[in-house]
Amino acid sequence: MTEAGTNSGAYAPGQHPDLPPPKGSAGAAGWMRGNLFSSPFNTAVTILAAILLYELITSIAGWFVLDAVIDAGSKADCRQAGSGACWAVIKIRINQFTFGFYPADERWRPILAFVLMFAALAPLLFDKTPFRRQMIWFAVAYPFIAGWLIYGGFGLVIVDTQSYGGFMLTLIIGITGIAASLPIGILLALGRQSRLFSIRIICVSLIEFLRGVPLITLLFVASTMLNYFMPPGTSFNLLVRVLIMVTIFASAYIAEVVRGGLQAIPRGQYEAADAMGFTYWKTTRLITLPQALKISIPGIVNTFIALYKDTTLVVIIGLLDPLGIGRAVLADAKWNGLSTETYLFVALFFFFSCFAMSRYSLYLEKRLHTGH
Amino acid sequence: MISIEAMHKWFGAFHVLKDINLQVYEGERIVICGPSGSGKSTLIRCINRLEQHQQGDIIVDGTELTGDLKHIELIRSEVGMVFQHFNLFPHLSVLENCTLAPIWVRKMAKRDAEEIAMQYLERVKIPEQAAKFPGQLSGGQQQRVAIARALCMTPKIMLFDEPTSALDPEMIKEVLDVMIELAETGMTMLVVTHEMGFAKTVADCVVFMDEGEIIERNDPEPFFNAPEHERTKLFLSQILTH
Repeated sequence: MTEAGTNSGAYAPGQHPDLPPPKGSAGAAGWMRGNLFSSPFNTAVTILAAILLYELITSIAGWFVLDAVIDAGSKADCRQAGSGACWAVIKIRINQFTFGFYPADERWRPILAFVLMFAALAPLLFDKTPFRRQMIWFAVAYPFIAGWLIYGGFGLVIVDTQSYGGFMLTLIIGITGIAASLPIGILLALGRQSRLFSIRIICVSLIEFLRGVPLITLLFVASTMLNYFMPPGTSFNLLVRVLIMVTIFASAYIAEVVRGGLQAIPRGQYEAADAMGFTYWKTTRLITLPQALKISIPGIVNTFIALYKDTTLVVIIGLLDPLGIGRAVLADAKWNGLSTETYLFVALFFFFSCFAMSRYSLYLEKRLHTGH
Repeated sequence: MISIEAMHKWFGAFHVLKDINLQVYEGERIVICGPSGSGKSTLIRCINRLEQHQQGDIIVDGTELTGDLKHIELIRSEVGMVFQHFNLFPHLSVLENCTLAPIWVRKMAKRDAEEIAMQYLERVKIPEQAAKFPGQLSGGQQQRVAIARALCMTPKIMLFDEPTSALDPEMIKEVLDVMIELAETGMTMLVVTHEMGFAKTVADCVVFMDEGEIIERNDPEPFFNAPEHERTKLFLSQILTH
């Protein structure tokens, strides 16, 4: 039956069924064979890596957990009680690490603001949140609620911003910067592509100036020079000035990331929108910007993570972020020399926040993938 | 319906359209053909102002095309366009692609817009794909969605800019069938295409362009059998011999 140039004759032409793949090429066994033991060299590397990983994990676990000391009065006590990390220094100062010098009686306010933050973020981050429509309004109101809770006034005791510190300060600067820089950055990116020359010039100069200057100089400007530019007698809060500087600095970066996304939109999209009678703002809002933002997610999250970590720079102009608190803690004679524990603790805090952001961005990319 | 008089257009110093005069009456189906670079796409893109003409007049359904944004918007909402590369919105589902303009430009209620969209999707024979995204469809299906999307604005005139040029041969027919059906409903259509079979069966008149000028305009029967100009004869012999 077999003819030259046709199939081998097991099935009539056009009748070949879909067969399962050969054994061992799919499933967990197949994955391991393909990825871990595909050749003698690969097998050797796999075994070596396994041994190294084992050694690393056991020694890290020993220092971090098994031999670590949690309760002690001083560094000397710690060293006597165990050979691992001395977490006692963190435990004793945990309130300062979290709140800075925020009065103990009022700490429920930032805690409440922190808890409410999740309620405000949920409808923005996850589109399956129940009652999303109503929750969005809460998200819009949240910055004012949080500001009121943390700063006070209208029935609450006013807590001066100088006493803010620790992770609370990081979150205040980081989240304000992130939330405010995205819309400003988008407007700058659109402005940079505007057909109106004057708007384009203003946006380009702003972006180029802000990107061309280190954040630290902007922070110095915020802490010292800004007063020269203000009418005499006006003083406005250092924290507010820092928030403004961090926000506009991040906006310039966001603007460039978003511009990259906008440039990736084919001209045909604009033409299709034009041909159907969409105005510029409707085209932007409904057609080009959603696509551009989707493309820009990795870059945007990258900028957010950088901004979040850059909040530690405020220690230089005298705000007590976690690193500043860490430095103060280490200056205490009883705990002198425990810099490894202190800085590792701060590092872990930053790592988990940033890792969460990065995971969320991956989730979002998958969620928005529409098969093109 | 469309009246173009003594229209000229330049791209920089390059004179793309020269002294174009074209009248299109209601319900007329006109096929525009010609070698690439002859300005046929530019011509139909001038009709909804995707390109701007510099001299002469274009009047669409009684409204003159000028720099006036109101006029442009009015004309654009009455003239549907289908592109060579579909230009569907990839972040929206097929149904959302069809309802976006009715909802945001025509201010239609979402429900009504969806109902109309489903009717047109049925007419182009892909109602079952409504929930999918354009990236999951074949080229022919995408082009049919693009036609449905344009029809959802209930336009008075439809422009087709080489609607089958980016398609695999197997898919050309399904798109042409939809276009033929549309022609049978009496829609005013301007079609830039190389599908001469379509021109023969559907067109009321064929326009041949070369180097920015309209060389010949005739009924399909004489156009294909007894072209008047040498240039037309050469063009036809080149595309019909293989």
